Amino acid sequence: MSADTTDGAEVAPDELDRAELAARVDELEARLADVEADDDDGQPKMSIIATKGTLDMAYPPLILASTAAAFGYEVTVFHTFWGLDILHEERSKELKLSSVGNPNMPVPNVIGALPGMDRMTTKMMEKRIADNDTATIEELIETSLDMGVEFQACQMTIDLMDYDEADFYDGVTTGVGAATAIQDMADADIQLLV
Amino acid sequence: MTDYEVTETLDVKGQNCPMPVVKTKQSVDSLDAGDALEVLATDPGSVSDLGGWAETTPGVELIDQQEGADVYTHYVRVTE
Repeated sequence: MSADTTDGAEVAPDELDRAELAARVDELEARLADVEADDDDGQPKMSIIATKGTLDMAYPPLILASTAAAFGYEVTVFHTFWGLDILHEERSKELKLSSVGNPNMPVPNVIGALPGMDRMTTKMMEKRIADNDTATIEELIETSLDMGVEFQACQMTIDLMDYDEADFYDGVTTGVGAATAIQDMADADIQLLV
Repeated sequence: MTDYEVTETLDVKGQNCPMPVVKTKQSVDSLDAGDALEVLATDPGSVSDLGGWAETTPGVELIDQQEGADVYTHYVRVTE
């Protein structure tokens, strides 16, 4: 520590300030090191909660999950309630689009509520998906799994819907609950509820 | 822009979001540092998407993007 004070009477307080500052810097550097150490390997994380199981609402979590994985994110998608159907190998291929409750639909709700209308709108959407070469739900799941996305199936919902663990795509994590989702969200840089 | 020699070509013509970005990442992972990947796409969104992806993702660098009549060609270098 330099002593550029000429007046002897002021040396003591000045040096004390410098010593305090040096100690404070040391303390902050130690805390910064702790924070950086807590930051794991620095890999960014994303946590998505998927709650919907209609054909249109199955896409956003899968598109975001696979894209985030491409960005180098560690991604977990926690599927609960109807969102669980996205991971169900058979049901994921039969997701439906509702013809009611969506004002953007070209048919009025009163017509959309007629029997067979959901099937018709679903077929129309499936045809558009095929014509546009948009990836299927199955393709997006397989690709995401390849890229290391962790799909979690909420255990409570599995029991509630009476599904079997074998019903899900290979690689899907079962036996997890809300606490796992909270933990992932707390660690994540991006948290989304879909 | 610097000189580069294309190491591999990825054809994602006809495929839409998010596949051009996702498949580019998968191809990049199989390449070595210094390699250059050529990506052929028809999705107009791929120009912005691949640009943003390359900017944000560690280990890759966008060397060039060319807009042809129907095909968008992207060049990505693996940096690490």
